[in-house]
Amino acid sequence: MNLQAIRSIYIFEMARFFRTLMQSFISPVISTSLYFVVFGTAIGSRIQEVEGVDYGAFIVPGLIMLSVMTQATSNASFGIYFPKFIGTIYELLSAPVNFLEITIGYVGAAATKALFIGLVILATSFLFVDLHIAHPIAMLAFLVLTCLSFSLLGFIIGIWAGNFEQLQLIPLLIITPLVFLGGSFYSVSMLPPIWQSITMFNPVVYLISGFRWAFFDTADVPIGLSLFAIGLFTAICVGVIAWIFRTGWRIRQ
Amino acid sequence: MTNIVEVRGLTKRYDGGFEALKSVDLDIKKGEIIALLGPNGAGKTTLISTICGITRATDGTVSIGGHDNVTDFRAARNLVGLVPQEINLEPFEKVMNTVRFSRGLFGKAPDDAHLEKVLKSLSLWDKKDAKVMMLSGGMKRRVLIAKALSHEPRVLFLDEPTAGVDVELRKDMWDVVAKLKADGVTIILTTHYIEEAEAIADRIGVIAKGEILLVENKDDLMTRMGQKTLKIDLAEPVNDVPASLSEYDLTVEGEGLLYSYDTKTERTGITSLLADLQKAGLKMTDLQTRQSSLEEIFVSLVAEKEGAP
Repeated sequence: MNLQAIRSIYIFEMARFFRTLMQSFISPVISTSLYFVVFGTAIGSRIQEVEGVDYGAFIVPGLIMLSVMTQATSNASFGIYFPKFIGTIYELLSAPVNFLEITIGYVGAAATKALFIGLVILATSFLFVDLHIAHPIAMLAFLVLTCLSFSLLGFIIGIWAGNFEQLQLIPLLIITPLVFLGGSFYSVSMLPPIWQSITMFNPVVYLISGFRWAFFDTADVPIGLSLFAIGLFTAICVGVIAWIFRTGWRIRQ
Repeated sequence: MTNIVEVRGLTKRYDGGFEALKSVDLDIKKGEIIALLGPNGAGKTTLISTICGITRATDGTVSIGGHDNVTDFRAARNLVGLVPQEINLEPFEKVMNTVRFSRGLFGKAPDDAHLEKVLKSLSLWDKKDAKVMMLSGGMKRRVLIAKALSHEPRVLFLDEPTAGVDVELRKDMWDVVAKLKADGVTIILTTHYIEEAEAIADRIGVIAKGEILLVENKDDLMTRMGQKTLKIDLAEPVNDVPASLSEYDLTVEGEGLLYSYDTKTERTGITSLLADLQKAGLKMTDLQTRQSSLEEIFVSLVAEKEGAP
C-alpha cells in the first residue's frame, strides 16, 4: 500500500477546498438559511408538526442530505475529472499507485469536504430550530456513509464525463430530483398510497429515512433496510470503480 | 554496460485498429542518453507512454531495472520519471506544492531539501510559492521536469522537452540533462530537432510508422556525416577521370567531377586537387560542397519507410 501517495492526493485535493474556503463555507450556510426561512418559517407555520416533530426541525435531516449528496457528488466528480481535463492524469497513471490508493485519496478528500459542509449546515440549523438528536452516533455514521457513497458515485461520474456539461448532468438530472422526491421536505406517509409505492423505488428515500431516524427516532422505512440500502449502494460503486480501473475504461487506452 | 530498460516485441494497436507501435525492440543502456528521432505521428509518444504505463501494450513486454512494468509495476515505475510533451499542470496550485505532490505520489517521504535542490538546479527556487498559472511557458516546462525529478528517478523520459522553447532555455535544458547524466541517470528523450540529438545524445534511434529503423552510436553516425563532397563544374565536360588525377577519389558526374573527402582528417586534399586540376588543363567554372547530415540520413530512412507499402 502506497500510503504516501494516498496522503499526497488527499492533501492536494483538500488544498483545492481550502483555496476556496469562503465559498465552500458561505454558500451552504446561505442556502440552508434560505430553506429555513422559506420552508421552516413561511410554510412551516401552516404545517406545524409532522409525525410529532416540529416542521422546521423535521426538514433538517433532508436539508443536510440534499447538500451532502450534491456536494459529495460534485466534489468527487470534479476532483478526478479536472486532472483528466487538464492532462495531469498522466502522473497518476505513471505513478506506482493502484486503483484503491487513487480512489481512497480522491474519494476520501471529497467525502471530507461533504462531511464538513454537512456539519456546517447542522450547526446553522441550531440557530433556527430547536433540535434534539436522538441517536448522535448513528446520525454521524449515516452522514459519513452518505458522504462516502456519494463521493464514490461522483468519482465514477468524473471518470465517465467527457466534458463539463456531462459532469453537471447526473447531479442535476438525477440526484437533485431524487433527493427532492425522496422525502427531504415531507414524510413519505403524507403521500397518496400509489405515490408511496412508487417512492419506494427511489434509493434516496432509504438514506433520508435512516438519517431522520437518527434524529427523531421515526422513519418511513425500517432502519435495517436503510443501512442495507446504503451498504448496497456503496458496494455497487466500489465494484464499478474496480471494473473501471481493471479495464482502463475512459482513463487508460 | 547493462540494460536498464528492455523493450521486447512491443505492439500497440488502438481501438480504431491503428497500429502505433509494430513489435518494437529496444534496449536502453544504464547511464546513457538516447535520443529518439522521428516525424510527427511516428509513435515516439506512444512508445514512451507504453513504457511508463499510461497506455496499455497490445502485445510485448517492457522491463525497467529488471522489473516487468505490468506484473511488478510498483518497482518498475519507482525508477521512472516522465516529462510529458504537453504542459499538463494544475494551474491554481503553487510550484512547491505540485512538486511535493509528485514526490508523494511515488511513495517517497517528504524531503523539502531534495526538492529545493531540484528547483534550484532548474532556476525555479525563487518561484516556489508562485502559482503555476503565473509562470511563463518555459518555466512551466521546467516545473514538469522538477515534478519528474522530485522522486529521484533512475530513468528519465523527456518527451519533446524543447518543443517551442527558446534557444537560451534549450541550452539550459541541455545543461540540466548533462548534469543528470553525470549523476548516473539514464535519459531517453524524443525530439524532432536533429541538432538536439547531435548535441546531447550518446545514441540515436530513428523511429517512423511505429518501427525503430535504426539505433546507432552518435559518433558512428557523425563519422558518416563527416563525409563531404565537392562538386567541380568544368568548362568542357570530360568522359573519364584524367589519369593524372587517379590518386584522388573522383567520379564523373554530369558536366563535372565529384570529389569525396573526410572533413575529420587533417588534410582534405582540396588544395592539391585544385592545383592538379589546373596542371591537367581542366578549366573550372564553379565549385560546390555538400555534407551528408544526420538530417539527410534521417530523411532518407524515413522516406524509404513511408514510401514502402
